[in-house]
Amino acid sequence: MEERVLMKGNEAIAEAAIRAGCRHYFGYPITPQTEIAAYMAKKMPKIGGVFLQAESEIASINMVYGAAAAGMRVMTSSSSPGISLKTEGLSYIAGSDVPAFVVNVQRGGPGLGGIQPSQSDYFQATKGGGHGDYRMIVLAPASVQEMASLTIKGFNLADKYLMTAMILADGTIGQMMEPISFEDAEIENYDKPWALTGTNCERKHNIVNSLYLKPEELEVKNFERYERYKIVEENEPMWEEYMMEDAEYCVVAFGIASRVAKNAVVAAREEGIKVGLIRPITLWPFPKKPLLAAADKVKGFISVELNMGQMIEDIKLATQCKKPVSLCNRTGGMIPSPDQVLESIRNAAKGVF
Amino acid sequence: MEHKRVTLFAGHYGSGKTNIAVNYALHLASEGKKVCIGDLDIVNPYFRTKDSAEELTKAGVELISPQFANTNVDLPALPAEAYRLVEDKSIYAIMDIGGDDRGAYALGRYTPSILEENNYRMAFVANCYRPLTRTPEDALEVMREIENACHLRFTCIVNNSNLGEETTPETIRASEKFISELSRISGLPLWLTTAREDIAREIENVFPLRLQKKIFDLPPQKPASRPLWG
Repeated sequence: MEERVLMKGNEAIAEAAIRAGCRHYFGYPITPQTEIAAYMAKKMPKIGGVFLQAESEIASINMVYGAAAAGMRVMTSSSSPGISLKTEGLSYIAGSDVPAFVVNVQRGGPGLGGIQPSQSDYFQATKGGGHGDYRMIVLAPASVQEMASLTIKGFNLADKYLMTAMILADGTIGQMMEPISFEDAEIENYDKPWALTGTNCERKHNIVNSLYLKPEELEVKNFERYERYKIVEENEPMWEEYMMEDAEYCVVAFGIASRVAKNAVVAAREEGIKVGLIRPITLWPFPKKPLLAAADKVKGFISVELNMGQMIEDIKLATQCKKPVSLCNRTGGMIPSPDQVLESIRNAAKGVF
Repeated sequence: MEHKRVTLFAGHYGSGKTNIAVNYALHLASEGKKVCIGDLDIVNPYFRTKDSAEELTKAGVELISPQFANTNVDLPALPAEAYRLVEDKSIYAIMDIGGDDRGAYALGRYTPSILEENNYRMAFVANCYRPLTRTPEDALEVMREIENACHLRFTCIVNNSNLGEETTPETIRASEKFISELSRISGLPLWLTTAREDIAREIENVFPLRLQKKIFDLPPQKPASRPLWG
């Protein structure tokens, strides 16, 4: 029988990272993700790994940069304001094409905000955050099991495409406990001939760098990088469709919002409203294909978000504005109730978007 | 069930301390006892005794909790009135200690009074399905770390082994080997086995956790239809 354990979302990330071969964790504590650091502090010394509480977020992301350049599976984790501090490092890591794994267990913002759950770092995660032309793979778990499985997936994708993979979770999924399993986890291993591992005077030395003073060279680098991103966009979008077969209306929600939205979809179906749900699991690459396909079938979309409406822009782009999109949201650490989402679905059914 | 004047619940974080402390307080109150429950958790700003304030008040249980509990102010401070738990001998005191050794440091300041009165029970709450207390040896390590932090020895074990929503009577039966081994290597007796009320009904001698505070009203997530590992 498969072995099941009861875990907090944050713990599930830490344990999954260790199973994925991560032996280097650099971080700085912040609510609501501190359990990740606590778990690593307890476990890493026992398995020959490194847990290091850096003096700041900026120090920790640069430690990640260093270990990644040395070819290690490495991670850091933080929550919204801490991720803002790390964004300079994220840009350098992208500019150097090294793989890293980063977790953002979001809390309400902007500024210091609050410690309750939020999804208001969607723009920051999917549109850059840091400076320059770059992308990160952004994974949005909706359960404790997915906190674990998407962490392993994230490490695999980061190594495969030499990018940062980010888990964009929220305080709810970070804190809640659910039974999960680690069975059948597929750990992929990739050669890293570019890594700074010491030459032993037997090969030409490797250079990891994001500085290109000749604009012609920097342009070539950026073009090459975006060729790689194109492959990611083609091959790696993940999503879940729920009751979409005959749907006339489509709710779009990720992470914790999708759990609430699912309740509302079931309730609306009981009222006879043909509604379904598309849940993006990768926020970048955004699952454009199923949304565009849905745009030809449904009368409209409802975006459910824990922010002032960020993903809604990607829905409009993906559906080429073929159908109206309404927003059902709470912000600042509040979570929409199933009733609020149900009301938005009822409005859509009346043609009000 | 024999009760001590002071009952303390400590253990690994997420082992169910608060839930058991609240249910035990309600049980004592139902026996007509004058009960006061103290929330001494200065580590975790979520999932607190105060979440059950309404039910406790209704049952006549007095609640002492940090001034900033449930305000989202992440400020570790205990109220002066918490001394009543150890000083006021007319009440049955229940102390809900924060998780792990980090949570137990706060208990240290009350330890001299508890030892002096010497009418206490300190229960180690164990869930063998929690990843960091998966083996009896790991659980014993957490136990010793807590004792070193608060300078108080555990006197017994509470078996709260569960898998959340997936818990069945078999889940609890399968934990018996873990618990008896933990009892053997720690030298401590098993005091209670606890479970959600519907499950407790199906097994003998299980203390029912009638009040289950639900913070998030979410549907259980079925395994995703497509594998996410690859």
